Amino acid sequence: MRTARGRVPIRHHTGLHARPAVKLTRLARTFPAEVRLRGSPDGTWVDAKSIVNVMSLKLPTGTTLEIEVTGEGAESALAALTGLVARDFDEEH
Amino acid sequence: MKNTELRYAGQPAAPGVAAGPLVRRPVAASPDRPAGGTPAEECARLTRAMADAVAELRALAGREGGDAAAVLEFQIEMLNDSALSAPALAAIAAGDSAHDAWLACMTEHIANYRSSTDEHFRARATDCEDMRDRVARLMAGRHEDRAWLPEGAILLDTDLTPSRFLALNAARLGGLALINGSAASHVAVLARARGVPMICGIGREPAQAAAAILDAETGELVLNPTQATAEECARRIARRRRAASSAHAAMAGDAVTEDGERVAVLVNVDEPDAVPDDVLRAADGVGLVRTESVFLDGEEPLDEAAQYRHYAALLARVGDGPCVFRTLDVGGDKPLPGLAEVPERNPFLGIRGIRLCLDRPELFRPQIRALLRLAVDGRVSVMLPMVSVAEEYRDARALFDECLADLRAEGVAAAMPPLGIMIETPAAAIAIDTFGADFYSIGSNDLTQYTMAAARDGGGRVASLNRPGSVAMLRLIAHVVRHGRDTGREVSLCGDAGSNPTVLRALLATGLRRLSVAPSALGHVKQCIRQLRILDGDETGRNEQQDG
Repeated sequence: MRTARGRVPIRHHTGLHARPAVKLTRLARTFPAEVRLRGSPDGTWVDAKSIVNVMSLKLPTGTTLEIEVTGEGAESALAALTGLVARDFDEEH
Repeated sequence: MKNTELRYAGQPAAPGVAAGPLVRRPVAASPDRPAGGTPAEECARLTRAMADAVAELRALAGREGGDAAAVLEFQIEMLNDSALSAPALAAIAAGDSAHDAWLACMTEHIANYRSSTDEHFRARATDCEDMRDRVARLMAGRHEDRAWLPEGAILLDTDLTPSRFLALNAARLGGLALINGSAASHVAVLARARGVPMICGIGREPAQAAAAILDAETGELVLNPTQATAEECARRIARRRRAASSAHAAMAGDAVTEDGERVAVLVNVDEPDAVPDDVLRAADGVGLVRTESVFLDGEEPLDEAAQYRHYAALLARVGDGPCVFRTLDVGGDKPLPGLAEVPERNPFLGIRGIRLCLDRPELFRPQIRALLRLAVDGRVSVMLPMVSVAEEYRDARALFDECLADLRAEGVAAAMPPLGIMIETPAAAIAIDTFGADFYSIGSNDLTQYTMAAARDGGGRVASLNRPGSVAMLRLIAHVVRHGRDTGREVSLCGDAGSNPTVLRALLATGLRRLSVAPSALGHVKQCIRQLRILDGDETGRNEQQDG
């Protein structure tokens, strides 16, 4: 099973919050692979496809988000997910 | 025992007077909880109610569109997530009723958000309360039941989120009384736009009462009114209704003074969805679109694409008339949530309007790009708030140029709209010839308070000095109007002074022929203009309006 991991800082001024979280979970669900997130190296991993779980992390702006993708197309899914966060959820240009 | 009349003072937030039953929004779930079934039946009941809740929210989002829809989207996503109800389903399997299990599960979510140290996450607790109540109601087999809110009722609540206000039917609501809340809140904007009288900041829990009068002129909530109070109130409501219907009739047609001068009367738009189409048709255009809601309503500003859609929806409704968008005007007394601002000792003299936008181009750019894209769709103009020196206009213009070049390089259709400035500081009015902007719009509220050094809400002596019709104000306005006439630039006025009958004549006597007023004032202002003679006036403003 392929596993890909990446780290990307959250720059959005409200953190990984309502609208960014909606965008991230919706994107995660488009991939067949398992996607997990955590907000610190010793933090709990949560299912990135669940907004309830993602919101439970309450990640403020400035947090470095760790994303782990396991399964089919892991690399490309990781690239898409880190890309969304790096592009600040497509809210800045 | 006869009930005694009780009075509670708050602040007026949306004008009007209402009399009706006093109603509180039912807290938590329905009292008539459904009879429990087998665990399988109870699981099905909860799952079905959650799906129905999503359907209701989708319908609501579809009806409201724009910002309101974005607020509801988060709830839809939460309800679609099986992790939300997993603890409830486990409790049902262990023998709980769907009702009890759901309430316990949501109580946990609500407490969890409420304990957050981050205000953005804390604010999600109210979304969870909305979800809790909606699903509980649906489990009890009731559809969106407005029976708890009888026609014409006065709704009493601690505070109200925009999503809850939108879920109410404004046409049925008699009035709104909030124990907390603020006249500057988005709910207050919505209430004003939809003509729902509202007061806020009552500060304490009122007694239980069946009947109430909401006086949003004085900011009072009167419980158990005496017969005399009730009769007086009924007379005022009737008088307001007559005035409103005659003003509505006066809305159509041009505003031409008795001595034949045509005055363009446009409207100011806060909340596009809340301005009726007949007002937009009757106005000579939209002279001010406030865009703060795009930044303040949601948990985060709308992105470029969403802003473009939001603006385009309004532009499409305006039709042929001009539409002047004001760029983001926050900071100071209207802070942007989530921005770590150093508290300012005097926010009115601090980082406001264009100052904040130039400091934070990452916030400004998406709006500029959205407006540049919009400019190809209709008669769009853009104006900058709180400008005091020419270099601010130059810097902003450079940002617009840069964004236009970017858009063209990306192959996106865009154009440079006329770019004007608001005249809100005496500095801008006095040095009007140094700006070279495409047009000028006098923001009389701020210009008055900065010129007179007197706040509108300063109370007593201070508020009485806040005179838009003072000699100093009229001279500043005349100076700007003259510059516009001499250089062929359009000058308009978009503050409350334009709808103040006591200063209207003096304003028009300066040569001003373009006003933008609140949608609710359009008919009345046209009515006033038609009764004025302005050409024999004194343009230098020596005739001070004492009560302006």
